[in-house]
Amino acid sequence: MIRVFGWNEFLVIVVAAQWTIALSAIAFAGGSIGGLLIALMRVSDVRAFRLFATGFIRVFQGTPLLMQLFLVFFGMNISGFAINPWIAATIALALHASAFLGEIWRGCIEAVPKGQREAATALGLRYYHSMRQVVLPQAIRIAVAPTVGFLVQLIKGTSLASIIGFTELTRQGQIINNATFSPFLVFGTVAAIYFLLCWPLSLVARRMETRFSRATAR
Amino acid sequence: MYEFNFTPVLASFDQLLIGAWLTVRLSCAAMLIGLVVSIICAWGKTSGPAIVRTVIDGYIEIIRNTPFLVQIFFIYFAMPSFGPKLSPNSAALLALVVNFGAYGTEIIRAGIESIHKGQVEAGWALGLSRVQIFRYVIMKPALRTVYPALTSQFIYLMLNTSVVSVISADDLAAAGNDLQSATFASFEVYITVTLIYLALSVGFSALFYAVERMAFKYPLSR
Repeated sequence: MIRVFGWNEFLVIVVAAQWTIALSAIAFAGGSIGGLLIALMRVSDVRAFRLFATGFIRVFQGTPLLMQLFLVFFGMNISGFAINPWIAATIALALHASAFLGEIWRGCIEAVPKGQREAATALGLRYYHSMRQVVLPQAIRIAVAPTVGFLVQLIKGTSLASIIGFTELTRQGQIINNATFSPFLVFGTVAAIYFLLCWPLSLVARRMETRFSRATAR
Repeated sequence: MYEFNFTPVLASFDQLLIGAWLTVRLSCAAMLIGLVVSIICAWGKTSGPAIVRTVIDGYIEIIRNTPFLVQIFFIYFAMPSFGPKLSPNSAALLALVVNFGAYGTEIIRAGIESIHKGQVEAGWALGLSRVQIFRYVIMKPALRTVYPALTSQFIYLMLNTSVVSVISADDLAAAGNDLQSATFASFEVYITVTLIYLALSVGFSALFYAVERMAFKYPLSR
C-alpha cells in the first residue's frame, strides 16, 4: 500500500529539521573550540604546534567530508565503541568544522596588525592577556562574516550524516519518499527547508561583509 | 585489540586506482561543462535583460543554499517525473555541472568586473589590435584574477564527487563501497580511499600552483 504525500508526511519532514539544526549547532560548538585551538596553534611561535595545525587543516580540507564521516563511524567500531550514528556524525562534523574554522580564524588573527601584539608585549602583557584582551577582540570583528558563511556550509554538510544512518532532514526525506514515491514533493520540501535555514544566514553574511569592507575602505 | 588487515585492500588496489581515475575524469568533465555554464550565466548576469538576471540570481541562490546531496537526489529521483530518466552516471555529471555552475558564475563575474574600462581604452590608445586587446588586456588579467578561486573550486568539486556514490554512480568512493562489501575490512578500505583523495587534492594543488607560477609570473601592479 503506497501512502499519499499529505499534510502528515509534510509535517514529519519539517519536524526532522530539528535534528539537522541540533547536529549543526553541536558540531558548530565543538568546531568553535577546536577551531580556536587550531587557529592559535597555527599562529603560534612553537614550530611543532604550527606543523600540527597545518597538517590537520590540510588533511581535513583535502579529503571528502563523506570519507571523514565513514572513518569516524567505522573507526569507533574497531576501537570497541558501539556504533552510534549520532556520536560519529557529531565527532566527524566537529573535527571538520575545527579545520575550516581554524583556517578562517587564522586569517583573521593575522589580519590584526602585528604592532598590536608588540604593543601588548611592550605593556607587559603575557601571551594569554595579549591574545585575550588585545588581538582576539579585534580578530572577532573580522571573523563574524566568514564564520556565518561557513555555518551555511556546515548545515549543508550535515546532510551527509544521513548516509551513515543518522535520521535528520535528508534521511527523513528518503524514508518518506520510499513510502510515498513522490520524490518531487518530498525532495522539493527537503530542499525548501534547507533553503529557509541557509538563505537568511547567507544574506546576513553578505551584508556584514559589504558593511565591513565599506568600513575598512576608509 | 583490533588487528588491522590491509592485505585484501592491497590485493584489490587496482580497483581503487580505476575508481580514482573515474573520479578525476568525472571532476574534469564536470568542471569543463560547468565552466561553459558559468561563462554563459556570468555573461547573462552582467549584460543580460532584468528577467535573465533574476533567473540566474535565483539559480545561484537555490544551489548555494541547499546541500549537494539533496540536489543529486532531486535530479536522480524527482526529475524523471517531469523530464528524462537519467542513468546514475549522467545524473551525477548533471548534478555536478549544475552545482559547479552556480559557484563558477560568481567567480567568472568577479573576473569580468575586475577589468576596468579604462584598461581597454588604454589598449586602443596604444594602438593594439582587437585580438591583442582581448588576449593581453582582458583575458590575461581576468584569468589571473579568477585562477586561484577557480582551482580551489575544482578541488572542492572533486571532493564533492564522493557523494555521487550514493546513487550508485561510478567513482572512487563507489569503488571503496564495493571493496568494503567484498572484504568487510571497512576501516582499512576507507582510510586507503581517503588517502587516495588526499593524494589527488595535494597533487592537483601542486599542479595548479606550478601552472600559476609559469603562466602568471609577471608582477602585480598594486
